[in-house]
Amino acid sequence: MRERFLVGFDPFVLPFLCGMVFVLAYCLFYLVRILAQLSAEDRKKFFKSLLLPSNALKNIRDMFLDCLIHVKLWKRNPNLGYMHSSIAFGWFMLIVIGHIETFMYVPGKAGLFYYPIFFRYFMEVDNQELKGSLLFFLMDFFLLIVLSGILLAMIKRIWRRFFGMRRTTRLSITDHIGLYSLWAIFPLRWIAEGFTAGVAGGSFMTIPINMLLKNFMSNPENFNIAWWLYSIALGTFMFALPFSRYMHIPAEILLIPMKRAGLKVYHPRKGFALAQIYTCPSCGVCIDACPMSANKQNCKDTTVYLVRQLKRNNARRMNAMSNKCLMCGKCQEVCQIGLQSYDIRMNIRERARYNIQLKHNYLASYNPDIKQAKVLYYAGCMSSLTPVIGRSIKKLLSIAKVDYTQMDEGGGICCGRPLILAGKKAEAQAMIAKNTEIIKASGASILLVSCAICYRVFKNEYKLSGIRVMHYTEYFNELIKKGKLPITKGNVRYAYHDPCDLGRGCGIYDEPREALSFVGGLAHAEKERAMSVCCGGSIGSLTLNHEDRKPIVEASISNMLYSNPDYIVTACPLCQKTFSMYSPVEVLDFAQALCNGLQEKDVN
Amino acid sequence: MDFGYSLSKSSTMKIENLENSKFKALAKLEPDATKCIGCGCCTASCSAGVFADMSLRQILLSLQRDCQDKYLPMLQNCMLCGKCMLVCPRGINTRHLILSICKIYGIEQ
Repeated sequence: MRERFLVGFDPFVLPFLCGMVFVLAYCLFYLVRILAQLSAEDRKKFFKSLLLPSNALKNIRDMFLDCLIHVKLWKRNPNLGYMHSSIAFGWFMLIVIGHIETFMYVPGKAGLFYYPIFFRYFMEVDNQELKGSLLFFLMDFFLLIVLSGILLAMIKRIWRRFFGMRRTTRLSITDHIGLYSLWAIFPLRWIAEGFTAGVAGGSFMTIPINMLLKNFMSNPENFNIAWWLYSIALGTFMFALPFSRYMHIPAEILLIPMKRAGLKVYHPRKGFALAQIYTCPSCGVCIDACPMSANKQNCKDTTVYLVRQLKRNNARRMNAMSNKCLMCGKCQEVCQIGLQSYDIRMNIRERARYNIQLKHNYLASYNPDIKQAKVLYYAGCMSSLTPVIGRSIKKLLSIAKVDYTQMDEGGGICCGRPLILAGKKAEAQAMIAKNTEIIKASGASILLVSCAICYRVFKNEYKLSGIRVMHYTEYFNELIKKGKLPITKGNVRYAYHDPCDLGRGCGIYDEPREALSFVGGLAHAEKERAMSVCCGGSIGSLTLNHEDRKPIVEASISNMLYSNPDYIVTACPLCQKTFSMYSPVEVLDFAQALCNGLQEKDVN
Repeated sequence: MDFGYSLSKSSTMKIENLENSKFKALAKLEPDATKCIGCGCCTASCSAGVFADMSLRQILLSLQRDCQDKYLPMLQNCMLCGKCMLVCPRGINTRHLILSICKIYGIEQ
């Protein structure tokens, strides 16, 4: 192969070149900005983790698997996975092979941005050689792969179900510009390379195109228009990229090492959060996952739109959207890039102003008289509204002959999580300190909690060294396995609902199921474990009112009734109370279900 | 009826004379504010009520009657635990109502 022109330049490369320089400058500016916004400590942590060889290898692996192959999307739906990886990996390979060609034939031009991209325009074949044909074949092969991906992307706009999605994101104007220019790039490339295939050579994709209209296509006077169009499409895409969802392509490269360094979100749209905002590809997987979007309501309040408003810095919408969220954490679980929507929303809430200074002066004078015991039971506000839970737990504890005492008999102090969820972390600290003082003074070695909401805050926010915080599902499972609870297996089937704070919040999925399998059969819900659907009663949502919650609760109940269970069982008093409002089958608390399995003589 | 003397000062209030622009703003922010039937379930179940004065029913009534100054400081005791939300027979979103009251009326520090 040899160069067709003495000067390796033609004005048609300008749209691409300008676009490329613009994107690189923009990315560099935001890279510096994000790094500057990190606290000195975080920055140090980030660079330290970047230099660690084992981390570097893991980062490269993640970049390959997540950015190019899109493994998570393959797991979600093979069609969706193929569509993304064909475009990402195919395009990547086109760029790589383009560079290899340039290095092989014209090493002097490899430094030019545009040369590998428009290689076929600037070159002509003199004699066919094997390695050249192999590269030609590979170029055409990957072009075919990308084109198949583009075709699927077009199909996806009209037939979402084929890709396992019920709803996708409504695109913004810049997203549309990016999308259509991306769709245009590869067919135009195919045509442009088809024009020059007679001169510069080609393979099974480009030569047939050239053959089609031989006289017209092989006339060098017609080459330029095709290559101009190709370059304009590339340029348009590049200029739209920073303002559209396609910013996720460069941003993910930064986000992967940042996540590996274990940084924390400290501001809704600065530093680490900004990197996450740019990395959101607006795929809309979170729309289907969000329990609020049952009956197609509240779709506009899901995480993908929150990210858009964060980009635009629309404070009013940001606050409204974060206050509405149930904080169940499911969008985070399904998110392809692991966007920490929970932390971002908490940061927005913490910045809201309410013109009130909560005082809780009564905390200082509250000194309950608690008898010394091995196990300290904390019922929490919600459990005290559902006395049957407390009664069942006390019954089980006394049958197992456990030395226990209750911490909040006749009313205690709230665990602090509702305040934290309302963005009042500082005020919650006073309660946390008081409860810690009471728990430590009790001399207990186990803190038993019957509410998933309290359990999460006791686990994450309290510093109770030497005291084991146990959710009652964990504790009773242990008791059963030790043979301390004489229960028999009945022939009823229970469908277990994973409360958000217990499952996704604390990772407890197996213990309650194991314990329930001792008293009856387990019926599967349609979506369970990490994919479980919030009951709809969550105190995480500040603004959803009673009527708005009804469709959410009903959708969640129908999810639980998937395999016709006799009872729905849950391990959170709030879920139990919420489900009970609308459920056609009886909703039991976990402790109640265990009591049902007690042998007759023990019950009396 | 005025006999020209009375045992105590009349507590009659004319609803049409009340200044209710703030309450209207509150009802716009949280429409549930107008739903209350004053049953007092919230007060009876209140976690903070065990330790200190806290009555959402009283606060809401005082807002409707524009005599809230004496009652608003009660809100400082609230733990936002949400029990009142669960017991409310009208399904009022009490947590947001409390936060909205704070936002609109504010409490002097």
